[in-house]
Amino acid sequence: MSGFDWLVPVILTVITAATPLVFAAIGELVTEKSGVLNLGVEGMMLVGAVAAFATATVTGSYILAIFAAAAAGAVLALLFGILTLSLMANQVATGLALTLFGVGLSALAGQDFVGEPVKALAKLNIEGLTDIPVIGPILFGQDPLVYLSFVLVALVSWFLYKTKAGLVLRAVGDSHDAAHSIGYSVIGIRYLAVLFGGAMSGIGGAYLSLAYTPMWAENMTAGRGWIALALIVFATWKPGLVLIGAYMFGGITILQLHAQAAGLAIPSQVLSMLPYLATVIVLVLISKDESRIRKHAPACIGKIFHPAA
Amino acid sequence: MKLKNIAGLLGAAVVAGGMLASGAASAQEKIGFVYVGPIGDHGWTYRHDIGRLAVEKAFGDKVKTTYVESVKEGADSERVIRKMAADGHKVIFTTSFGFMNPTVKVAKQFPKSMFEHATGYKRVDNVSTYAARFYEGRYVIGKIAGKMTKTNVIGYVGSFPIPEVVRGINATTLAARSVNPDVQVKVAWVNTWYDPGKEGDAAKALIDQGADIILQHTDSPAPLQVAESRGVWGVGQASDMSKFAAKAQLTAIIDNWDKYYVDRVKAALDGTWKSEDTWGGLDSKMVEIAPYNDAIPADVVALAEEAHKGIIDGSIKPFAGPIKAQDGTVKVKEGEALDDGALLGMDWYVEGVQGKLPKGN
Repeated sequence: MSGFDWLVPVILTVITAATPLVFAAIGELVTEKSGVLNLGVEGMMLVGAVAAFATATVTGSYILAIFAAAAAGAVLALLFGILTLSLMANQVATGLALTLFGVGLSALAGQDFVGEPVKALAKLNIEGLTDIPVIGPILFGQDPLVYLSFVLVALVSWFLYKTKAGLVLRAVGDSHDAAHSIGYSVIGIRYLAVLFGGAMSGIGGAYLSLAYTPMWAENMTAGRGWIALALIVFATWKPGLVLIGAYMFGGITILQLHAQAAGLAIPSQVLSMLPYLATVIVLVLISKDESRIRKHAPACIGKIFHPAA
Repeated sequence: MKLKNIAGLLGAAVVAGGMLASGAASAQEKIGFVYVGPIGDHGWTYRHDIGRLAVEKAFGDKVKTTYVESVKEGADSERVIRKMAADGHKVIFTTSFGFMNPTVKVAKQFPKSMFEHATGYKRVDNVSTYAARFYEGRYVIGKIAGKMTKTNVIGYVGSFPIPEVVRGINATTLAARSVNPDVQVKVAWVNTWYDPGKEGDAAKALIDQGADIILQHTDSPAPLQVAESRGVWGVGQASDMSKFAAKAQLTAIIDNWDKYYVDRVKAALDGTWKSEDTWGGLDSKMVEIAPYNDAIPADVVALAEEAHKGIIDGSIKPFAGPIKAQDGTVKVKEGEALDDGALLGMDWYVEGVQGKLPKGN
């Protein structure tokens, strides 16, 4: 337990715990920025997880598996889009239904894969670089999805704040009537944002069934979809903070396990509660300064758009 | 429903009274199961469902089994159990500790149904309780773990700090230290029965802190999988999980409810069912040990089998004194052994377990 010896494995574990949250949350962030609240993240992650696992088992290709996960998540999101955007169903109710549907659908589809192991997603191993003490395994020893998650956050941040398309998307989320009146297709843009959110949730699920715990088990997300949703509020709809938040959530979970294993006399229940406690505290703190939230929170979130109005 | 049936039979007008009675007796009886997790957990619920299938196989057309999986403990379970009772299920198995109060509550309202509650302690006229002495199996495994560890640190992934789990930790520790006094047991509580990600993370944390054997009292194969990928030993929980860890699984504790479920359903059909408490162990084969890993040396297997036999014939009691508590005070004197009451309420660690036992659960 000297120096940084103990720190490296902790950081490695935190990374795997945080990555699925990053994917799901950053996808949902884009969806919410367009003014749509999709509470079906948990369901979309589960279909992604089972699709990835099934594809990896049957074809042996992990690239195909990740695409399959994205596609499966997007298909479920499309269903959500048709119901809420075209048929104008209530977003909250539909999102909840989507989660329930995803839980059931993934369990059904995964029946034949229960109890089947799969090889974990390969990790990067660069001769010389990965062997560097401490930073080697952390910077150069991850699986491809971890790197992708960082790239994704950077891309989403750039897209939302540096491109015209991103500006339009945010405009649609802030005032759909204004965006509509100057000729943007509110429904079309929202469909794209919803599909992107679904695809990313699917990949988050794929990370669970291919890398985090390489297996398929019913309901294996165990609430991570909901944590992802909480993270977005926690991050006040800022991509960078989503990344930090995901690592904080992951970090607290892992640290509490380490504290227990080390025999620290902190009740485990209190430690299990910490991530949520942290969210509530941050929420209270940022709520004191409302302008900070208003600047980033999409004003039209959850509101149904009636083009005629 | 009943009136309609009788009316239909009268309509036929050829049925004698005697035939009517025998017709009712040969009707299919409904047997219900309430599960806390998904059948696909490959652990706890999976094994209960194997028991359900054994009932189907044993009674064929005479029974019809139904089940509801992933039922949350508490109020939600009461609704599910009541629905089953109202649907006319003759026997209802509720297979998680947290279903205890709802089971008893519903049972009082449906005196004609018979209820079987796993791992609880509240009984009424139509509620039986049953559980398995998993600690006996864990004692056998403790012998192996004590011999196989090189770092002298055993990691234990715990679900909730309830007597059931604490008993397992203590039995393991006592057995391990009986063959290797230097063994320390580190526990990480995850506060869930089933969350593959978190269970796996707990296993990683324990390995990072020196454990080279991972035991678990949670339901998914994730800790075992982590053991496999990190090159340490693990022990399967509830069912043989060697598929997930061909190299790492030393053995597994197997829950076997088949015989109990068949016996109880038979008693219910015969009319001999009555409320009782069953706590079966290695002797009744309610707890079984999976085949040992080939990597375990023969003398260690012999030690384990000796413990196994001794528990069955009663010559070995896992909780026989002298036993010291964590702080070194003598808890059980030489020549004495803990009785079932003390085992059922166990809320203290034996010497050799590290960390403080969380209270208040």
